[in-house]
Amino acid sequence: MGSRLSGIFWSLLFLAVPVLGVATFAIAPAIDVWLPKDVSEHGQAIDSLFYFILALTGVVFIATEVALFWFLWKYDAAKNSRPATYIHGSHTLEVVWTIVPAATLLFLAIYQMNTWADVKMRRPVMAPTVEVVARQFEWRLRYPGRDGTLGTGDDLFLVNDLHVPVDEDVLVQLKSMDVLHSFFLPNLRIKQDAVPGMKIPVWFKATETGQFDIVCAELCGWGHYKMKGRITIESREDFDRWLETMYARQEATQPEPEPAEAVAQN
Amino acid sequence: MSLATTSPTLTQPTATGLGRPARKPRPIAEFLSTYVFSKDHKVIGLQFLFSTLVWFLIGGLLALAVRWQIAWPWSDVPVLGKLFAQQGGQMAPEFYTMLFTMHATVMIFLVIIPILAGAFGNFLIPLMIGADDMAFPTLNMLSYWFMWPAFFAFGASFFVEGGAASSGWTSYPTLSTNVASSPGAGWGQTLWLIGLTMVGVSSMLGSVNYMTTIILMRAPGMTMFRLPMTIWAMFITAILQAFALPVLTAAGFMQLADRTLGTGFFSPEGNIVNNAMQATGGGQPLLWQHLFWFYSHPAVYIMILPAMGMVSDIMTTFARKPLFGYRPMVYSIAGIAGLGFIVWGHHMFISGMNPALGITFMVSTMMIALPSAVKTFNWLGTVWGGKIQFTTAMLFALSFVSMFIIGGLSGIFMAATPVDIFIHDTYFIVAHFHYVLFAGTAMGVWAGIYYWFPKMFGRTMNEFWGKAHFFLTFVFMNGTFFTMHILGAVGFPRRLADAYHYETFHHLQPLNAFMTWCAIGMVASQIIFAVNFFWSMFFGPVAGRNPWNANTLEWTAPSPPGHGNFDFQPVVYRGPYEYSVPGMEKDHLMQTDPPNAAALAAAGAAH
Ligand code: HEM
Ligand SMILES: [Cu+2]
Ligand SMILES: [Cu+2]
Repeated sequence: MGSRLSGIFWSLLFLAVPVLGVATFAIAPAIDVWLPKDVSEHGQAIDSLFYFILALTGVVFIATEVALFWFLWKYDAAKNSRPATYIHGSHTLEVVWTIVPAATLLFLAIYQMNTWADVKMRRPVMAPTVEVVARQFEWRLRYPGRDGTLGTGDDLFLVNDLHVPVDEDVLVQLKSMDVLHSFFLPNLRIKQDAVPGMKIPVWFKATETGQFDIVCAELCGWGHYKMKGRITIESREDFDRWLETMYARQEATQPEPEPAEAVAQN
Repeated sequence: MSLATTSPTLTQPTATGLGRPARKPRPIAEFLSTYVFSKDHKVIGLQFLFSTLVWFLIGGLLALAVRWQIAWPWSDVPVLGKLFAQQGGQMAPEFYTMLFTMHATVMIFLVIIPILAGAFGNFLIPLMIGADDMAFPTLNMLSYWFMWPAFFAFGASFFVEGGAASSGWTSYPTLSTNVASSPGAGWGQTLWLIGLTMVGVSSMLGSVNYMTTIILMRAPGMTMFRLPMTIWAMFITAILQAFALPVLTAAGFMQLADRTLGTGFFSPEGNIVNNAMQATGGGQPLLWQHLFWFYSHPAVYIMILPAMGMVSDIMTTFARKPLFGYRPMVYSIAGIAGLGFIVWGHHMFISGMNPALGITFMVSTMMIALPSAVKTFNWLGTVWGGKIQFTTAMLFALSFVSMFIIGGLSGIFMAATPVDIFIHDTYFIVAHFHYVLFAGTAMGVWAGIYYWFPKMFGRTMNEFWGKAHFFLTFVFMNGTFFTMHILGAVGFPRRLADAYHYETFHHLQPLNAFMTWCAIGMVASQIIFAVNFFWSMFFGPVAGRNPWNANTLEWTAPSPPGHGNFDFQPVVYRGPYEYSVPGMEKDHLMQTDPPNAAALAAAGAAH
């Protein structure tokens, strides 16, 4: 059924899958379609886990896809004059290809637990640096006032313009006013949904100064695409100076910071 | 291509149900009872097939509109733009939100689930187990007719005020429960919930029927471990449906109550939407996510297991080899189904759910990759040492395996919780589920259509155009979806109408334009399929009973089978995969071939 030529053509098409697949991943970093720059302490661990899984799955991908190609090439009915092998399976093989992936997957599962715990479970013991309240379609920020405590009358209110000090633990208290949002800092390898009715802690330590994107990553309505903020990572001195400027500005514009944002308090 | 060589030697034809008592011809009533309100599983199967293919087209066009906006945001949309006349032909962001919501909804609930269980399940189950029909033909008819309220609900929702639902196919509250939160959260969302419930009723009626039929109506000699993989997969899928669906239905009613009766299952106290305080509260948005994924994770397997079964059968036929590891294949399907109930939390790693719980879901998710791996190795074992015939059906089946490898492996990235922090809700996820659902299941569906077409319509599809269809679909599909992995590596978020104003993503437009061109090519290639399908239905070469020289029971029935299916009582003597038995003249031994003949042939060769 069919000529040898068609067998060659179709097996090569299946060979193109691993070839072009690997090529895509090889070219991607070169054309800058790759992990964005990481400026966080824990990001290192996430990225290396990504590379580790990429290598692991890459090997399996190449091995299985090339095997598929090779079998198609070799056992094409137009080429292979021997009868098909009459075999119903192999107990040994089944055991091997159950145990080996099981062990690998289990190892992977255990191996990554610590990183997860660092990013999501071992919260630094400190007062929140800032409260982020998501709402359609902006990030409302609330810094402690000069008294250093959040939730008092002199709190500082800002929108979309997050500043944090570099090389220090930062603890964000994340809330939502209306619908789900997700606080996504690509360069800090942070993502956390903001859920109405919940107060969720998010922490990180930035390792470099600079300005980066804050993206909303959970569908929150028609304006979801434009729910954009910026995070400025700066030295402690710059940060303090910035805070000072902001306090002064707020006091100048609204002598009594009686919040229209009363909701942010509960 | 061989002739219809099957000889129903054992018993004489009984012509079950072929003749009807003579009565006056009433053409309209006749037509209605044969083609519309039919209780024949084959007609119902084809009704499902045609309806879902129409929705497949609609879903595909919705996808193109979505891709248009991603590639060229805010530029005039061809055709559709004029149709909806929005802002001089360009798309409004709420319209975009509605488009991807309805694209996914249509594809999942009106295409993939009903085409697998409804079309193939209905058509194949009685034929492959040697029954004359389903256990409950009326229930079966109803399962199709319950799809129509769903078609109407989803279809009509495009035309109500505010447009169709626009809170994603996952319909997360409080975006979906609060009417003020988005335009589509009005009537559109209510109709969405009604439609979903109807699809659920339809699936439930189907699954009860499939389970009963497979348990009770197998032909003599058809033990459970002689069932073809397609039937095993349908059986386990039906069980999954039956256990998971009630949860979704209940959750759907709760959401409906939140929206219409003022309950607050999913809304917390003190919520303020659009500057208006919500009246009710005390609920939990995460509750919906738990309930939804408790159904929808098993549902992703409902959306692939039948395809896995069909592909296994097709691959053995065209490799002319027994299935490698039949029992492991069955056990791994069962394993997937069992584990499928305890992994739903992997959709919620960063949802705000307790991170400690995330660890347990991570471990179970890692483990569910195992049966998938076992299946893949056994498929490779099946082609190894075979005599492979590159038919269109075989090419689609092989591509299922090749593509499922990609989708399964990308699952491991997302199962790794720390990595998922970064890639959750990015195009990496979109790549993953299109590899399993489109590159996997849809390719499996095409394999099934090319393979069983002769049984459905008595004619074969054109192989040349079938292969052209395969080649173009395969190439364009990978062009569209493979690139999504690297987009996801940048963190490119899904569901954004325009992401290029972000510094991180501003350089990704050319790549997205490339993907959109590929998507257009992919949809355009389906014209070849549509023409081939309808042309072959009427003018294709007439097929005998068993055009592929396959072993399973459906190939002993006439093509197409009449009412009652078999013109003799099939008796089963062996498993479905006895290909290339040594010492036999034929390279296939059908399940119904009497053993004495087989033994004689084998003995003859041995001497
Ligand atoms: C190898 C086994 C698999 C693993 C380990 C796996 C893992 C995952 C994980 C962890 C997610 C959540 C990712 C996130 O949102 O951050 C996910 C999403 C998804 N998976 Fe899989 N998966 C596997 C196989 C499948 C199969 C076979 C299907 C369907 C036939 C499937 C369909 C989906 C869909 C539709 C989503 C996305 C739902 C959404 O957010 O809209 N997966 N998968
Ligand atoms: Cu948002
Ligand atoms: Cu899942």
